[in-house]
Amino acid sequence: MLTILFDGIAYGMLLFVLACGLAVTLGLMNFVNLAHGAFAMAGGYVTAVLMNRHGVPFLATLPLAFIVPALIGLVLERTLYKRLYARSHLDQVLFSIGLVFMAVAAIDYSMGSQQQLIQLPSWLQGRVEILGIQVGLYRSFIIAVCGALVVALQLILTKTRFGSRLRAAVDDPRVARGLGINVSLIFAATFAVGSGLAGLGGALGAEILGLDPTFPLKFMIYFLIVVTVGGTTSITGPFLASLLLGIADVAGKYYVPSVGAFVIYTLMIVVLVLRPQGLFDRAR
Amino acid sequence: MLRRTFVGAAAAMLALSGSALAQETLKVGLILPMTGPFASTGRQIEAAAKLYMQQKGDTVAGKKIQLIVKDDTGVADVTKRLAQELIVNDKISVMAGFGLTPLALAPAPLATQAKVPQVVMAAATATITEASPFIVRTSFTLPQATVPMAEWAAQNGIKKVVTLVSDYGPGIDAEKAFTGAFAGKGGQVENLRVPLANPDFSPFLQKVTDAKPDALFVFVPSGIGAQFMKQFVERGLDKSGVKLIGPGDVTDDDILNGMGDVALGAITTQHYSAAHDSPENKAFVEAFKRANPNMRPNFMAVGGYDGMHLIYEGLKKTNGQGGQALIDAMKGMSWTSPRGPISIDPQTRDIVQNIYVRKVERVNGELYNVEFATIANVKDPVKAAKSN
Amino acid sequence: MLSNTADSVRASLNRRGRWKIGEIAFWLVAASTLFLLPERHLILNEIAIIGLFALSLDLILGYAGIVSLGHAAFFGLGAYAAGILARDGFADPLLGLGVAAIAAAVLGFVTSFLVLRGSDLTKLMVTLGVALVLGEIANQASWLTGGADGLQGIAMGPILGLFEFDIFGTTAYTYSLVVTFLLFVVARRIVVSPYGLSLRSIRDNALRARAVGIPVNRRLVAIYTLSAAYAGVAGALLAQTTQFVSLDVLAFHRSADVMLVLVIGGVGYLYGGLIGAIIFKVLQDVISAWTPQYWQFWIGLILVLIVLAGRERLTERVRALWPRSRGRTVDRPQPLTTTPAREV
Repeated sequence: MLTILFDGIAYGMLLFVLACGLAVTLGLMNFVNLAHGAFAMAGGYVTAVLMNRHGVPFLATLPLAFIVPALIGLVLERTLYKRLYARSHLDQVLFSIGLVFMAVAAIDYSMGSQQQLIQLPSWLQGRVEILGIQVGLYRSFIIAVCGALVVALQLILTKTRFGSRLRAAVDDPRVARGLGINVSLIFAATFAVGSGLAGLGGALGAEILGLDPTFPLKFMIYFLIVVTVGGTTSITGPFLASLLLGIADVAGKYYVPSVGAFVIYTLMIVVLVLRPQGLFDRAR
Repeated sequence: MLRRTFVGAAAAMLALSGSALAQETLKVGLILPMTGPFASTGRQIEAAAKLYMQQKGDTVAGKKIQLIVKDDTGVADVTKRLAQELIVNDKISVMAGFGLTPLALAPAPLATQAKVPQVVMAAATATITEASPFIVRTSFTLPQATVPMAEWAAQNGIKKVVTLVSDYGPGIDAEKAFTGAFAGKGGQVENLRVPLANPDFSPFLQKVTDAKPDALFVFVPSGIGAQFMKQFVERGLDKSGVKLIGPGDVTDDDILNGMGDVALGAITTQHYSAAHDSPENKAFVEAFKRANPNMRPNFMAVGGYDGMHLIYEGLKKTNGQGGQALIDAMKGMSWTSPRGPISIDPQTRDIVQNIYVRKVERVNGELYNVEFATIANVKDPVKAAKSN
Repeated sequence: MLSNTADSVRASLNRRGRWKIGEIAFWLVAASTLFLLPERHLILNEIAIIGLFALSLDLILGYAGIVSLGHAAFFGLGAYAAGILARDGFADPLLGLGVAAIAAAVLGFVTSFLVLRGSDLTKLMVTLGVALVLGEIANQASWLTGGADGLQGIAMGPILGLFEFDIFGTTAYTYSLVVTFLLFVVARRIVVSPYGLSLRSIRDNALRARAVGIPVNRRLVAIYTLSAAYAGVAGALLAQTTQFVSLDVLAFHRSADVMLVLVIGGVGYLYGGLIGAIIFKVLQDVISAWTPQYWQFWIGLILVLIVLAGRERLTERVRALWPRSRGRTVDRPQPLTTTPAREV
C-alpha cells in the first residue's frame, strides 16, 4: 500500500518537473507551447548520448541536460517565440506543433527511431526496505531532486526580485515596462528555465518513461492534464495536481487494473467539471 | 450479386492492365509504419528488404523489381488507402510489410478482390492469414512462439506463473496461448493486462510481487520491452527468484544491448536471434550491420528479408506472373533462412519454423539471446487446433 | 428605427446567403475532379471526409468559439456506429449515415453540458478527456468493436441500391463529395440564418448576447450537437468507404490533425476546413512519397513558416475571394460588419 503511494509520488514528481515549464509559459506568459515535450526530449537525448557514446557518468550529464535545452529554448525564444506572444492561440498551436514535427523527424534522422536506453549507476539501482516499505532507490532519488526543485522554484517565484518582476510582467506587461522592468528579458529567461527544467525531467524520466523520437507527442497529453487540473496561476497548483495524478494513476492501475487507463482521464473530467479553472486556482 | 460481378470485372481489368505492364517492371508495394510509435518496426523491415534486393539484384525472371515504400503512420485506414492506390494506380504485383495486426487486416479484403498477394512481414496475431486467401506470412504468430514457452516452463519446475501482457490483439493472443498450454500441463496461472500506452509498469509489477509466482510471463510490444525489463529489476523481482519468461519481443535484438545487465538471464522463446549460429545468419547479420551501422537486425528484419525472398522465389517460379499463380507458387515453399529452416504451410499460408529457447547472455561484450534448445517445425497452434 | 434595423439585418443576411462566384467555382472544380483525376479518387475521398470533419469543427470553433481537442469522439462514434451496423447485416450506406449522425448527436448533446463551461483550456481538456475515455471503452469492449484488432467484416451494400463501391474509389469519392456538399449547403444556410448570427454574437461577447435576450446556453448546446452529428457523418463515411474501423478513429492524433487542418485553412468561413484538408493532405501525400521516413520534418517546417508569414493574413486573402466577408459597405449598420473570426 505504502509502496504504491511512494511510486505514485515519484511518478507525480517526475510529471511535475516535466510539466512545470509548461505551466509557466501557458499560465504566466499565456503562450500555448505544445513543443514543450520536445525540450524534455532534448534533455533526455543529451543524457543518453553523453552516457552511451562518451561514457560520461549519469550525474554529470544532468546539468547539461538542463543547460542544453535551456539554451535551445533561449535561442528559439529570442528568434521565433517572441514574435508570437501577441498572436492568437491557434497560431501558437500551429507553430509549436510544427516545431514538434520537426524535432521528432530530426531526432529520428540523427539518432534512429529505436528506444534510447541509459545505464544507471549501480548505487541508484535496486531497492531497500525502510520501515517495512519497499523503496526503489532511483525513485527516491527522483523524489529528492524534484522536491528540491519545487522548493527552489517556489522560493524564486515568491521571495526574489526576479520572481516579483516576473509576476508583475505577467499581470500587466505595459505597466511593468513602465516601471522599468525589462519584460522581454524576463520572459526570455523564464522560457529558458522552463525549457531547461523540461530537459532535466526528460533526462530523469528516460529510465522510467522511455525515450524515443515520439516522446513529445506521447506525453503532451499528460503535460496538458497536469497544467489544466492544477490551474495555471501558481506553481503549487500544478505540483499538487501532478502528485494527485501520479498517485491516482498508479493506484488505479494497481487496484482496478481492468479499468486502470480510465482513472486518470475520468479524474480529469470530473475535476474540470467541478472546478473549471483547475483544482487549485485562486477564486476569481 | 451485381457487386460480385462488378468487382470481378474490376479485378479482371486490373489483371489485364497488370500483365500488359508486367513486361518491364514488377512493382512491390511495401507499406510500413515509418513514423510514429512503431517506426522502428518499419525501419528494420525496410532496411532488410533493401538489403535483400541489394544482395540478389533487382531482376527476377527477366523483369525488374521496383520497391515502393509507403508510410502508413500506423493508422489502419491509411494503410488501406495506400494499398488501394498501389493496386489501382501503380499496378503492384505484391503488397508487403504490415507492422501491426489492424494494419494487416484492413487491406485484406483488397487482396482478395484484386487478387494481389499480401505478404505479412511483421504482424503476429494468429488469425491474420484467415482474413484473405491471398495473405501469406513470413514473420511468426504469437501462439507459435508462446506455446513452446509454456511447455518449457512446465518441464523446468515452474508451477505458478503470472502473465503480464499489453492489452491488445497480440497480447491477448499470447496470454490465451500461454494460459491454455500451461494450465493444460497442470500449472497455475494468473492474468494481468496493461494498457498499450502505459508509461509506468510499477503498479502492475507490485501486483506481481504480491502474487509471488515462480515466473513472470511477459508480452509487450518490442519498443517498450526495455522499460519493462528495467522496472522488473528495479523492483528486485529478479532477486526474489521470479524468472522472467516470454516470447522474444521483450528482449528484442534491436535494443537488447542497450538494456544492460538487467536483461541477463531472461528466458524467451522465439524464432529468431541475431546470435543464431549458422553461416546464413552470420552473413546476414554482417551485411545488415554494414548497410545500417547503428542497427542490429531483429525478428522484424528477418521477417522482411524472408518476405522478399518469398516474393523473389515465387516470381521466379511463375516466371513473373502475379495473382493466383503467385500465391499458389508461394504455398509450400521452403528454404533456409537466417533464422533456420522455414516453410510456408500450403494449407494455412502461415509460416512453419523452428522455435528456439534462448537466454540472454553476454557474448563478446554485447548482450545476445543465446539459443540453447530447439523445437523443430512449429506450426501455428491456433490454426492447427482448428484443422484437427 | 427598430424595423429599420430588422430590415437591414434581413437584407444583410440575404446578401450573405447568396452564392458567390468563387464558391460556385470551388464546387465546380471539386466536381470536375471526379472526371479529371480518376487516379486520385482514393485520396480525394479522404480529403472530402477530413474536409467535412473539419467543417464540423468549424461550426463550433469558428461560429461559436468553442475549442475542442476531442472532436474525434464523435467522428469515431460515427465510424463505429456505421461499421457495426454494416457488420451486422444492415448494409445500406444511407441508413448507416443516419444512425451514425444520431448516435454522435446524442453523445454531443449529453457531453455538451460538460463542455460548455470554463476557460478555453478547460474546454480543450474536457473534450480531449471525453475522446480518450471513449477510446478506452472501444478498446475494452472488444466483443462489440473488435478492440485493437479493428472492426472486421464490414460489407457495404450499394448506395440507394444502385451504386456499388468499387476498387478505384470512384463511387466512394462521389458519395463522400455529395454528402459533404449537401451538409455544407445546410451548414451554410444555418450560419447565415438569424440563428447563426446569434451564435456569432455569443462568440464575440457572451455577456452582451445574454443581455439582449439570446438564450446562450441553449444555442450553444444546439450547435455543439449539430457539429457532433456532422462529425459522426464524417466518421461514418470513412468507415463505409474504407470498410474497416480501427481504434485510431478515436485517437488523439485524429482530433489534433483536424484542428491543424482547420487552422491551416482558416477559421470561421466554412471553407477553411475544406481548403485546409486539401492543403494538408496533398502536402503530406507528396512529401511522404518523396521521403516516407522524414516527411514530418517538412510538414513541420511548412507549419512554422505559415505562422511566421502571418497565417491570418493568408487566410484573409483567401477569404477575400468570397466577397460577403469583405464587403464592409457604408450603408450597413455598424454592429453587423463582419469582424474577422475572432480566434480562440
